Amino acid sequence: MSHFPEEILEQIFSYITHRRDRNALSLVSKTWYDLDRRTRHSVSIGNCYALSPARSIERFPNVRSLTLKGKPQLVDIVNWVPRNWGGSVDPWVVALARDCPDLRELRLKRMLVSEPSLLLISTSFPDLRSLGLIGCHGFSADGLSAITAKCRFLEHLDLQKSVVGNDSGQWLSSFPENFTSLVSLNFGSLKGAVNVDDLMSLVARCPNLKNLRLNKAVPLPTLPQILLRAPQLVELGIDPRAQHIDPESHNRLYEAIRKCKSIQSLSLSGVLPISLCCQVHLSAIFPKLISLDIISFIEVRILGFINLLKHCHKLQRLRIVDLIGDEGLLVVSSTCKDLRDLRIVPTYSNPPVNRYVTEEGIVAISKGCPLLESFQVFCHQITNAALITVSKNCPGITCFRLCLHQRQDPDHVTLQPLDEGFGAIVQSCEGLQRLSLSGLLTDQAFLYIGMYAENLETLSTTSAGDSDRAMLYVLNGCRNLRKLEIHSCCFGDNALLANLERYETLRFLWMQLCEVTLGGCKFLAKKMPLLNVEIIHGRDRDQGDYPDDTMKIRTLYVYRTLNGPRADAPNFVWTL
Amino acid sequence: MEADLGLLTASGGGGGASSGGSASGSISMLSKEDNRGLTSEESSSYADESGLELGLGLSLRGGGGRGGGRCKSAVWGPYARILTAKDLPSMGLKSSSDHKSPSSLSSSSSSSSSSMTKANFSSGTKRAADSGVSQVVGWPPIRAYRMNSLVNQSKSPPRDELHSTFERSKTKNEVIDLTNSGCNKNCNNVERKGQPKTSLFVKVNMDGFPIGRKVDLSAHACYETLAKTLEDMFCKATTTIGARGSGMEEHDVMAEAIGSSKLLDGSSEFVLTYEDKDGDWMLVGDVPWGMFLNSAKRLRIMRTSEAKGLGPRFQQRD
Repeated sequence: MSHFPEEILEQIFSYITHRRDRNALSLVSKTWYDLDRRTRHSVSIGNCYALSPARSIERFPNVRSLTLKGKPQLVDIVNWVPRNWGGSVDPWVVALARDCPDLRELRLKRMLVSEPSLLLISTSFPDLRSLGLIGCHGFSADGLSAITAKCRFLEHLDLQKSVVGNDSGQWLSSFPENFTSLVSLNFGSLKGAVNVDDLMSLVARCPNLKNLRLNKAVPLPTLPQILLRAPQLVELGIDPRAQHIDPESHNRLYEAIRKCKSIQSLSLSGVLPISLCCQVHLSAIFPKLISLDIISFIEVRILGFINLLKHCHKLQRLRIVDLIGDEGLLVVSSTCKDLRDLRIVPTYSNPPVNRYVTEEGIVAISKGCPLLESFQVFCHQITNAALITVSKNCPGITCFRLCLHQRQDPDHVTLQPLDEGFGAIVQSCEGLQRLSLSGLLTDQAFLYIGMYAENLETLSTTSAGDSDRAMLYVLNGCRNLRKLEIHSCCFGDNALLANLERYETLRFLWMQLCEVTLGGCKFLAKKMPLLNVEIIHGRDRDQGDYPDDTMKIRTLYVYRTLNGPRADAPNFVWTL
Repeated sequence: MEADLGLLTASGGGGGASSGGSASGSISMLSKEDNRGLTSEESSSYADESGLELGLGLSLRGGGGRGGGRCKSAVWGPYARILTAKDLPSMGLKSSSDHKSPSSLSSSSSSSSSSMTKANFSSGTKRAADSGVSQVVGWPPIRAYRMNSLVNQSKSPPRDELHSTFERSKTKNEVIDLTNSGCNKNCNNVERKGQPKTSLFVKVNMDGFPIGRKVDLSAHACYETLAKTLEDMFCKATTTIGARGSGMEEHDVMAEAIGSSKLLDGSSEFVLTYEDKDGDWMLVGDVPWGMFLNSAKRLRIMRTSEAKGLGPRFQQRD
């Protein structure tokens, strides 16, 4: 093997794209390490503070596609991380602009992107094809205008979940007249209103446009016209917010969607009345869909809508509100045999609606959809028996997130903790990578997780466990654990400090509102210099009034890094 | 009455005509200094609210105004502010950003009687929460005083929004202590930089209760007192509303002795969150108090299970 000429190795390596495999390759020998270094084009850095930009570019000088993540990912409904926490991309952009002019793809998740950075991106990478700003903030629509005006070959522009300042839609109007390369455009979360004529002309002149997600400011009556100009669309997301529910315009909308013959993925948000005439069109659209998101309040005729679900034979990915209840899930289970990804999202309405999901619906899904890989459910009650059934029926689950309505509910039939149910899940679903716990749980559940969840990478738990041992079971047991998120559990310093070396193998540990004290965190920081131990406690660093070591910390964020304490930590983040 | 209000705000704000429009003009200037980036709809609702707020001093009618307590109107300020806010069904102020702008006035707060007034405000808040529906009794108008206080407020030029929160928190010089020994002694240590203190009302909603409340953020100097006030507010209300199993939780919360608030330390079923300027829901208690005051638009006591739920989720009233 050592006599293989490099050209051949290079050829072989070009077929190996997954970064885990590439990481393994690079450990074989110095030659292989060097070769992998030079030929790695796609780099993903899960924590932008883990190493400096210079170092990563030195390691991978030929990077063409870079993914960077900033803030830890604990955003659910509530942002558990304060807004100005950091995650600035500025040093990265400066380094990339200097050393990697061939960059084609840049994806930034949950980062702070300043205006100058965006301007620098627009001028430094002439070959930029794909820009993703997912969950980012710190920039304005003027910076976006620079991007749209100057990146001549831009194909993918993804702005989902980002916050854009001064947004009056001018960025969309900045696409030049001769710009025709757009393939995917997602601005569903933006608040500003784009110029509808410019949008229509953009859609009309980009023949390759496959994925379009519009925000709620695009007026409902104009949607059909936009869609008629893009009959080749494969993925569509709209958020129709009409002041007055006008059945005629909804009808025309669904008619227009129906005309998009290749549509495979549909995402509908907002208030969505499904009148009878719309149902005719939807029943023609649904059989073609592979992915369906209905995160909206279906106002009337919920049963009519559930009947429509009977048409979704090809569905693989479904996101839906729990308004459909157990009956809806029964229909899904009998229709969508190919379902891989199911996510049931809570409906919040005032007055509360009395339809929700219980364990019966969940069991029905598991029986009907054995290919399920990702199961994320918000439900009102659950039993151990139901969880055991799910684990037996769907052993291929890789992501299981359960969220109960009442945080510490036990099995509602036997009133036992849910230890056995989750234990069955981790034992039976060997490929489980992501797990979110909920309900009444004792240390036993964590013992099962530590024993059986070998492939678990992300564990998230709230108000579970009785003692420090629970955390230790997990830290000592799950070999592949990378991200651990703990919220308001009773784990204290003993749990935190028992297995210090483990933290160097984790990407991060997040503990919020637990029993760890300042003294414990200081000890951790002292013993493990390769970790950043950051604390958020509601007060500024500069204030002279330092608390004593027995004070319980609100938020602890520990992550491994080669870069030392970060320079851009705001005042309320203390790095010990 | 409208003309009166207009006049007052115009003279106080130093410009403009005599209608409500001027109120918005002057107040939006003040709010720009605070750099909240109000949109036009927000500033107009604020104008209504602030116009009425200022009119409180003038009018002797109960329904005339909203909480406008400048700190020096301390004695009756709290009563006026809180009680009349509850007595205003006709105001119909649905916008949750109503009380954002008063923070521009509250951020420039007074020096001298701060601790006294804070005590007054806290007690005022509590009493209002208890009494709820008592009528406003007339009190002497303090128009001249208010004009002076408005004129004295400095108007700094607008700053870049992105850096505003940091700069403001740095210039505040507040000492915040969140230890269990209680916030009371440290509340009195809060220094303000020579500017009159005003109210900062935000709506508070609790999951499971159809009726929302309002609380004055500027009446508190730390998270502890705020959380305790909220607990009192909603605990006493729970006896009448049998929520879905949450009655027990509130009872436990109510029975909690003085100490760290359950809402803040994550041990209750509920978690306290706030909506910030960008419309995102954030956890209360992480950032320093000053920053929190500047960015909180409204509060919500959310069930932890829903907070840690599987967002995105749809809210019908969005």
